[in-house]
Amino acid sequence: MNIKNTLTHAAEKKPDSGVQFSRVNKVKWLSFPYILWSAGFILIPLVLVLYYGLTDNNNSFTLSNIALITDPINLKALLLALELSIVSTVICLILAYPLAMIMNNSKMQSNSFTVLIIILPMWMNFLLRTIAWQNILEKTGILNTVLKFFHLPTLNIINTPAAIILGMVYNFLPFMVLPIYNVLIKIDKDVIAAARDLGANGTQTFLKIILPLSLPGVISGITMVFVPSLTTFVISTILGGSKIVLIGNVIEQQFRLGNWHTGSGLSLVLMIFILISMALISKYDKESEGGNLW
Amino acid sequence: MVKRFLSRAYIGIILLFLYAPILILIVLSFNASKSRAKWGGFTLHWYQQLFRNEDIMSALYTTLIIAFTSALIATILGTAAAIAINSMKKTPRLIMLGITNIPMLNADIVTGISLMLVFVAVNYTLGFTSVLLSHITFNIPYVILSVMPKLKQLNPHTFEAAQDLGASPLYAFYKVILPDIFPGVLSGFFLSFTMSLDDFVITYFTKGPEVNTLSTKIYTEVRKGIKPEIYALSTLMFLTVLLLLIFINRRNAGKNAPIRKL
Repeated sequence: MNIKNTLTHAAEKKPDSGVQFSRVNKVKWLSFPYILWSAGFILIPLVLVLYYGLTDNNNSFTLSNIALITDPINLKALLLALELSIVSTVICLILAYPLAMIMNNSKMQSNSFTVLIIILPMWMNFLLRTIAWQNILEKTGILNTVLKFFHLPTLNIINTPAAIILGMVYNFLPFMVLPIYNVLIKIDKDVIAAARDLGANGTQTFLKIILPLSLPGVISGITMVFVPSLTTFVISTILGGSKIVLIGNVIEQQFRLGNWHTGSGLSLVLMIFILISMALISKYDKESEGGNLW
Repeated sequence: MVKRFLSRAYIGIILLFLYAPILILIVLSFNASKSRAKWGGFTLHWYQQLFRNEDIMSALYTTLIIAFTSALIATILGTAAAIAINSMKKTPRLIMLGITNIPMLNADIVTGISLMLVFVAVNYTLGFTSVLLSHITFNIPYVILSVMPKLKQLNPHTFEAAQDLGASPLYAFYKVILPDIFPGVLSGFFLSFTMSLDDFVITYFTKGPEVNTLSTKIYTEVRKGIKPEIYALSTLMFLTVLLLLIFINRRNAGKNAPIRKL
């Protein structure tokens, strides 16, 4: 018996939302401003990046902007960005999953309260919060003062890739916690109770019920952390010093210097990675929906 | 019992991780020394200086105006769009939702660059309006995704019943649908406001040289050192929101969640 299919099937059977305004066909007009807006500010801009990326200063077609990614400096920046973003995505997942489960299990005041605690730090400016990590991580910073107090060896991670990973995990952890939490709270408690009644122990219930059902949340969490980590230039600027260059820094620099064609070409390479990760993820998501749980 | 203790400890560590930098910034706002690295004694000096610093006050003003206006316009456009998308057939609905996902899933740097290229392409001078238009663009998806679940929960017949009883479509919308979806609309607005307030990358690429939000102002100061007045201002903003949320939470204790989905 495939529980997940049954659940999605049941969800689809709810009254179809499409009919409720059927009397007023005029309601379709409400989408016109947004359709125009998204054409003008979402689709056309992306087409322009494509155009700039595939042309040179004389507006003639070229692949040389994209080929610049094979330049040793740019390639190194891309590979380092990939490495750091994959590591921080994995760390975020490891930290966030238990947190989301605890949040889900504990009888905190209300859903909104738990969610607010996680997004409240956003009200302190993102740049300032990252700068504050300099204070913590510096040679004579807070972390080392505490370590010295306990006569432990000091850490020197400011201006290293480790500091950038920490900055990424710090800034993007909420984007991993919230999607997982949102999926966990929707899991029917009766399904879990049924598994326990049928003799599954805690680990089995987790592996066979909770984990598979929470997969959509995990997957959207992974994209929400991986993409901004891969493309950041701010965190590496603040916590990585001037020596560590990520692909985001390269693109930002190209635009600052006015090399829009080069910058757009490199952005296209970045977009390929974004698209690949989304495609892999959505494929995996579909496969898990079709596969048998038992 | 042990499990419970471990859960508590784990939450504590994560919260410490999330809030430690914020505590440091609050402490720095009371630091008499101008340097970030050393403690020079307690002072309220920066809080007095703050209101005399025209640069910072104008950046604050710009930030708040853009956050409020973009959230408001995004809420109106987004709510209208969500209602229309909700009543579409499957294929157009999936296409619209797919487009809506683009600004949320795409990298900020690409969104920022692409918007800049559009403004330049139509010879539009980068400045306050270009930032505002960009913020509306990345805010609309948050509104649509907050309102859609509420629309799905609506009873499809109340709207028809209201019209059968003689209400005009607009009046019926105002009296029947809006109250039901209002929590979603409100959370969309606040989410948009927060996102706009916290944005740096998209503003950085779409602003002109003479416009600064708090984010871009802070970024120009990263290398030469942040002015302590900025710490004071951030502390005030953070504490205002904290108190507001505690107040709302107290009042709504037990009621349904205002913010459900990011």
